[in-house]
Amino acid sequence: MNDPLDRVQRIAARVAAPHAADVDAKARFPREALDALREERLLATFVPRDLGGLGCGIADLAAMCTALSQQCASTGMVFAMHQIQVACLVRHGLTSPFFRQYLQDLARDQGLIASVTSEVGVGGDTRTSVCAVERAGGRFTLNKDATTISYGQHADALLVTARRDPEAPGGDQVLVLLRKTDYTIAQTTSWDTLGMRGTCSPGFKMLSSGAEEQIVPGSFADSSSQTMVPFSHILWSGVWLGIAADAVARASAFVSAQARQKPGQLPPTALRLAELSAKLQSMRANVHDVTAECDTLLKSPEGNEALLTMGFALKMNNLKISCSELVAEIVHKALLICGIMGYKNDSDFSLGRQLRDAHSAALMIGNDRIYAKNASMLMVFKNR
Amino acid sequence: MTERIRNILKEHGRLSKDAATLPEDADLYQAGMTSHASVNVMLAIEGTFNIEFPDSMLKRSVFESIAAIRAAVEQLTAGG
Ligand SMILES: Cc1cc2nc3c(=O)[nH]c(=O)nc-3n(C[C@H](O)[C@H](O)[C@H](O)COP(=O)(O)OP(=O)(O)OC[C@H]3O[C@@H](n4cnc5c(N)ncnc54)[C@H](O)[C@@H]3O)c2cc1C
Repeated sequence: MNDPLDRVQRIAARVAAPHAADVDAKARFPREALDALREERLLATFVPRDLGGLGCGIADLAAMCTALSQQCASTGMVFAMHQIQVACLVRHGLTSPFFRQYLQDLARDQGLIASVTSEVGVGGDTRTSVCAVERAGGRFTLNKDATTISYGQHADALLVTARRDPEAPGGDQVLVLLRKTDYTIAQTTSWDTLGMRGTCSPGFKMLSSGAEEQIVPGSFADSSSQTMVPFSHILWSGVWLGIAADAVARASAFVSAQARQKPGQLPPTALRLAELSAKLQSMRANVHDVTAECDTLLKSPEGNEALLTMGFALKMNNLKISCSELVAEIVHKALLICGIMGYKNDSDFSLGRQLRDAHSAALMIGNDRIYAKNASMLMVFKNR
Repeated sequence: MTERIRNILKEHGRLSKDAATLPEDADLYQAGMTSHASVNVMLAIEGTFNIEFPDSMLKRSVFESIAAIRAAVEQLTAGG
């Protein structure tokens, strides 16, 4: 039981599950589950062993996101978003003594990193920033009007996108790490949403200053293609797979209960369950296939070069689009199977939370935005 | 060839700087070219030089400067 995935599964069942309804009802941070993950040192899952982390890979992370989200998708999404930020630092910061030390500290203190990409004025276009890093004498200041910062109030650090300098165009961005002592945030909007309520993601005005070494080496154009986008789309899809699997499990329990009442007779809902089972399998296969390919590419220099191609970007975007659509469809169909028992908030077969959580997927970076990017790439991509 | 590339960048690159005088090794993305604009540049180059970029060449670095674009076009026209 010392395998990290086993530990996550145990936390999902024993800690995330019993608090999931309360987290959802109160739109509150899933602190019990996050405390448990910290205690098991699972916030440094992707940090290399020589820096004190667990040295897991992207496939392990995706499986962990699924396991948590089968019980509480808000917990799964917080875990996913944190790991995406850690991955950016591990994969692009290790040439810098500052970031090596930071990751060692993170492995020891189990700090939680939030993501600040979206911004008033650009919405979900992560590859454009309005705000800019202003440098002077080895220091910088950076202020950002962020539309959404998940668990902003509960984080120990922020990873922020910004233009490289005040003269740089919107797409010439860097990533900046801010520790709690470097920034202040003032909440600007509320977070009373349909779903993913436990991610606690209102808007904030952020003010910060720090030392230049806190700027991640290289350009965000590369770290976005090589790390932030693939990790986001894979780990988010892992979360959505967990929601879908949870819904199918509930529908399956419902159909079995019907079948047990009249043995020898196939319940009419069994057909629809068979349909769902096929959909869930294709969703799972897509996540596993793209994750395995990415896992291989991450491990070699040629692979990391391949992560920069349009072909890979298209595949990553397709994964996000198809899983975000499938999760909503699967939960909806599970609801139809369970009928009124799924519609009730207080039944064992309730699917309300899963349905509301699932609908965040298509707008977490709007799918049309991603379709538009793919449409543009497909004008020159030859599929050969 | 460089002049034709500069003209294409002027028309499709959406640069914030003058494509006619931009240094050959200047970073086009830092000069304001977005990924959407870069797709239009790729299309115009394929049309102008009657070439097709194979999928393996469709990445940022191949189109990051005038010099890089020229090298890519030369590679494809030499091979054909
Ligand atoms: C649960 C959750 C947690 C989040 N957490 C964070 C976080 O921690 N940090 C963070 O930075 N962000 C976070 N976000 C924000 C998210 O990443 C997006 O930025 C945000 O959802 C997009 O905002 P929007 O829909 O208002 O705006 P827009 O992106 O502007 O989209 C509005 C609409 O316009 C469409 N649209 C926009 N541009 C185009 C285009 N070019 N072509 C076609 N259609 C287009 C979209 O598809 C959408 O329908 C979170 C979102 C969710 C749902």
